[in-house]
Amino acid sequence: MKTKFTTDTKLESEIAYFENINLKLESGDIIDSFKLAFKTYGKLNADKTNAILVCHALTGDQYVSGNNPITGREGWWSRMVGPNKPIDTNKFFVICSNVLGGCAGSTGPKELQNGSDVSYGGNFPSITIKDMVKAQSLLIESLNIGKLFSVIGGSMGAMQALQWAIDFPDKILNIIHIAGALKHSAQNIAFHEVGRQAIMSDPIWKNGKYFENNEVPERGLSVARMIAHITYLSENAMHRKFGRKLQSRDIISFGFDADFQVESYLRYQGKSFVERFDANSYLYLTRAMDYFDHDETFRKNIEFSHNPNNHLKYLIVSFTSDWLFPTIESKMIVNQLNSLSREVSFLEIDTDKGHDSFLLEEPQLDDVIKGFLTNNFTKIDE
Amino acid sequence: MNKINSIRKDWSLIETLIAQDRKILDIGCGDGGLMEQLENNRNAITHGIELNRDLAANAIARGFNVVHGNAELDLSQYSNNSFDYVILSQTLQAMMKPKDILSELLRIGSKAIVSFPNFGHWKIRLQLLISGKMPVTESLPYTWYDTPNIHFFTIKDFLNLCNEMNIVIEKSIGLTSKGKQFDISESVTGVNFFTHEAIFLLSYKNFEPIKIKSSKKVFAKNSVIAN
Repeated sequence: MKTKFTTDTKLESEIAYFENINLKLESGDIIDSFKLAFKTYGKLNADKTNAILVCHALTGDQYVSGNNPITGREGWWSRMVGPNKPIDTNKFFVICSNVLGGCAGSTGPKELQNGSDVSYGGNFPSITIKDMVKAQSLLIESLNIGKLFSVIGGSMGAMQALQWAIDFPDKILNIIHIAGALKHSAQNIAFHEVGRQAIMSDPIWKNGKYFENNEVPERGLSVARMIAHITYLSENAMHRKFGRKLQSRDIISFGFDADFQVESYLRYQGKSFVERFDANSYLYLTRAMDYFDHDETFRKNIEFSHNPNNHLKYLIVSFTSDWLFPTIESKMIVNQLNSLSREVSFLEIDTDKGHDSFLLEEPQLDDVIKGFLTNNFTKIDE
Repeated sequence: MNKINSIRKDWSLIETLIAQDRKILDIGCGDGGLMEQLENNRNAITHGIELNRDLAANAIARGFNVVHGNAELDLSQYSNNSFDYVILSQTLQAMMKPKDILSELLRIGSKAIVSFPNFGHWKIRLQLLISGKMPVTESLPYTWYDTPNIHFFTIKDFLNLCNEMNIVIEKSIGLTSKGKQFDISESVTGVNFFTHEAIFLLSYKNFEPIKIKSSKKVFAKNSVIAN
């Protein structure tokens, strides 16, 4: 059975339209008009000093907290963002927008091309992390917020937070950078490439024009998700969770059914992903991550930026079992900031939950984020 | 004197060595207690390094700039002279390479503050002499097999090392086991015997530029005088 491809899902979300804005992308291409779907939580205070931008990861969306109308489930960081949560919406005004190139309401390959009734598909221009951040900065501007108190993100969200520190240091006070890196490593690009090849070799993909027949390259996209999902876990966590346990049977089948629980779990992950994510978006966003590289330039950018950035505070967090964005990558950022005497804090949290730890129950992450935000907010408030 | 009191005493003495509005790196900063004290009382800008994960997490959650890491590996990332003071409180004896650490402190900071328990104290000497076993005291409360303190040294040893490394001792404070405070440099006899704990303010020898007049140019350079 093919899932129907709908281009205008009605979302209970605010959307910002930027008409004739001629957004120049890093690739040189220009998007004349675009829209960003976003959600806000909490209240902006009178002085507008309590705004926090949360940046979502590769397959996230603007529904950071509360109910997500697309999936019918809790938002992806509900455990972190909300009233009395570590990112406390009683205190802070939290904004989260679907990235440019995404598929939860912002302009991306799934959306109709300007002035036509055809989706972009493969005609969508190549997007980078810098482009996403530029679009977000326009959103913040349109919300009449001069300065964000904090920009927070994990994984691809961390890349965006770092890009904010590089491109708009004068518009932020601190960043919380979780499970990220200065660059997407060769191994990470390799995993993404396997995922993209899975999608592109699905006969239904048709050079990204699958929407013309209302079809979705389900097989390719679900395989891409299954591969990626493995990289988000760790060997220990997988063993703890599944071991060699069998799924709904007592003996092995001597066939290729999902004998093992881990197989069944991955198949489920792939299948449910297809229902909520667009295959072309997956291609574009993985590419944006691949192109992210501040390995050589970060130090120079921070040191010689024409935008003053001395005031910025950085909280960098990594996880011991994260092999996709290992601690060493975070330490490179810390190292460079320390060599410039910047105000940086760094913590490696001990956990076996792998890269996905930032989305999961990690009390130390909660404590550190809550304390960092609260105490630094008190300092600016004085 | 219990451990906590001893640390507090240590901190308040360290505070007396620090001027207003300075930039400080606290190595082994724990949950940021000393950083807090120096921010409040000296209006200092503080940074810290802490090896213990939970302590580092606490310090960060309290709003301090703290890097979770190992000073013996991570000090190299700081630039020369990037701090006014670098503090190493009660930790030198636990370092793998105390000499290297000492020179790193004075590379990163214009001044260094180092405090340590004196292994030359009479109680320790007496314990070893009489019992023939490794001493266990209030300031060195561990048994030999589980102690984090791997390099024991006395005030005399420390002074010799500073001399060898051309380090100037700007100020030195000694504490007896009863908590009595005195100036180490002024009390000549028996210092190594009575000092329970010592705190030193260190810097490198600072030489005035020597101006050499010639008919055409004025040269200025730093020179090093061996003593």
